[in-house]
Amino acid sequence: MGLEESLPSGFLLSTVEQAAGWVRKASVFPATFGLACCAFELMAAGAGRYDLARFGMEVFRGSPRQADLMIVAGRVSQKMAPVLRQIYDQMPNPKWVISMGVCASSGGMFNNYAIVQGVDHIVPVDIYLPGCPPRPEMLMDAILKLHEKIRTSKLGVNAEEAAREAEEAARTALPTIEMKGLLR
Amino acid sequence: MTTTPTPTSPRAGRETTEGTVYTVTGGDWDEIVSSAARANDERIVVNMGPQHPSTHGVLRLILEIDGETVTEARCGIGYLHTGIEKQTEYRTWTQGTTLVTRMDYLTSFFNETAYCLAVEKLLGIEDQVPDRATVVRVLLMELNRISSHLVAIATGGMELGASTVMIYGFRDRELILDAYELITGLRMNHAFIRPGGLAQDLPAGAVDQLRELVGTLRKNLPEYDKLASGNPVFKARMQDVAHLDLTGCMALGVTGPILRSTGLPHDLRKAQPYCGYETYDFDVPTTDTCDAYGRFLIRLEEMRQSLRIVDQCLDRLQPGPVMVADKKIAWPAQLALGPDGLGNSPDHIKQIMGTSMESLIHHFKLVTEGFRVPPGQIYVSVESPKGELGVHVVSDGGTRPFRVHFRDPSFTNLQAMAAMAEGGQVADVIVVIASIDPVLGGVDR
Ligand code: SF4
Repeated sequence: MGLEESLPSGFLLSTVEQAAGWVRKASVFPATFGLACCAFELMAAGAGRYDLARFGMEVFRGSPRQADLMIVAGRVSQKMAPVLRQIYDQMPNPKWVISMGVCASSGGMFNNYAIVQGVDHIVPVDIYLPGCPPRPEMLMDAILKLHEKIRTSKLGVNAEEAAREAEEAARTALPTIEMKGLLR
Repeated sequence: MTTTPTPTSPRAGRETTEGTVYTVTGGDWDEIVSSAARANDERIVVNMGPQHPSTHGVLRLILEIDGETVTEARCGIGYLHTGIEKQTEYRTWTQGTTLVTRMDYLTSFFNETAYCLAVEKLLGIEDQVPDRATVVRVLLMELNRISSHLVAIATGGMELGASTVMIYGFRDRELILDAYELITGLRMNHAFIRPGGLAQDLPAGAVDQLRELVGTLRKNLPEYDKLASGNPVFKARMQDVAHLDLTGCMALGVTGPILRSTGLPHDLRKAQPYCGYETYDFDVPTTDTCDAYGRFLIRLEEMRQSLRIVDQCLDRLQPGPVMVADKKIAWPAQLALGPDGLGNSPDHIKQIMGTSMESLIHHFKLVTEGFRVPPGQIYVSVESPKGELGVHVVSDGGTRPFRVHFRDPSFTNLQAMAAMAEGGQVADVIVVIASIDPVLGGVDR
């Protein structure tokens, strides 16, 4: 993005990282992307009782160019998919995606010709939020988890290093089928 | 106004073995724009949506404007097509309620009731449905009417820039959602009304909480009057906007508050009563202004009338069963909340697992395969907050529907958009959409 990307690894970069993470997490601007039933829980979360303003994100942006968080709230139809991708592409970096509800996460109960079976077929997803619809409290929990992720995210060479580690961890992780015990 | 250009390149159509196939994802966009540009005047074509904060969901509007005047307006729908009608054909009759409740997600109980009334008529058991179940259905539907109108007013207000109205609307809606949660366990998408009755009886303390809710809402509703009804800015935006007279409504099949704003008191609860509505005491409000403001006033008044009906329902509730007695249709057990937070029925489990093999088989058949419905077809309609909600159900005698079709009022009312918006200002298109109050889940299904 900017200068910080070319900093060498070390004290300076990690300081910039901490500052940038802290600032970014404190003002996330979600784009309005209400699709179906889940959108009403999203609106309820923004309204009086749950009040997303407490987390510095009550301002829903109408234009994707002013937003850095896309909350995909609802089922994504095949017809909507290209539109969704285009809006994602219009958002400036860095950007995050929360897939709200089972429909957006996996197609949910609509395993049929019309619905994209998970929005991660189209855009990279940071947080999957289950529920049909998830309660506003669950959405807030997802948002707080995302804040944590944003706060600790890495920049520049550190980001490359983190990506390599994550890939390595995923490659060596125990496959589900070999897991033992009750909660495998 | 943000314009979202459509993503694909214009494609006039592809030749295939089955004929020409046209792509309808919006590939027409460049063509429309260039043909409008050729005309060499002030006309421009603006695309609004499908992702736009004031289109009430994923509705796409294609507006041809000349200066500030809309000369032509068209809707692009289908961005939320979910295939629900088709999917019901692959699920049992009982599972159907879980699917139809997600069609118009703001009027869940109306979808469920209409569907269940249709299935019950096909089964020929409409007389056996217990009174308590019917009263609870009416109660839930009327609460649902209030919550739907609250959303209509709230989002309509927000789209006009009146965020306070939205905060107020959602405040009161939350109260109603609390009541839903107490009764059905869910805030939205309940699947609580089932063919033959209800999934559960009302929990203890529900009646008291509902009475309290009615009191609170009675106290809160006048605030909308204070906030909006007399507000000069609000009136200036709404009065004489989105005009559609009785002839127009009749020609376009428009029902609901839009029809009643022309002065015709058409309400299926009076015209063709179901669920015993003829025995309740309520009025059908009308205005004769034919405009968005009249529809707003009608919605406000309907909420008050619904509160009257809820009161009467609460007085009428008598203890009794909430499911038909027929063991071939009724779900085998009434569940109770266990210590682990999950629903269960220890007595029933003891019976099927310990004593009676036959009941185990019966339970298994009914739960996995479902009941059979005699062949035939039926059309049932109810008055949803948006207008006439009709269900056409066809059975071929199997354990699954052959066809379930919904006549959703949002879909039919939306076609009046062009008639209301053309010739008006661009900014008034928002008012038009807000006064129709379409829910795209219902339009596209
Ligand atoms: S997850 Fe449930 S509530 Fe959300 S869009 Fe899908 S059906 Fe609607």
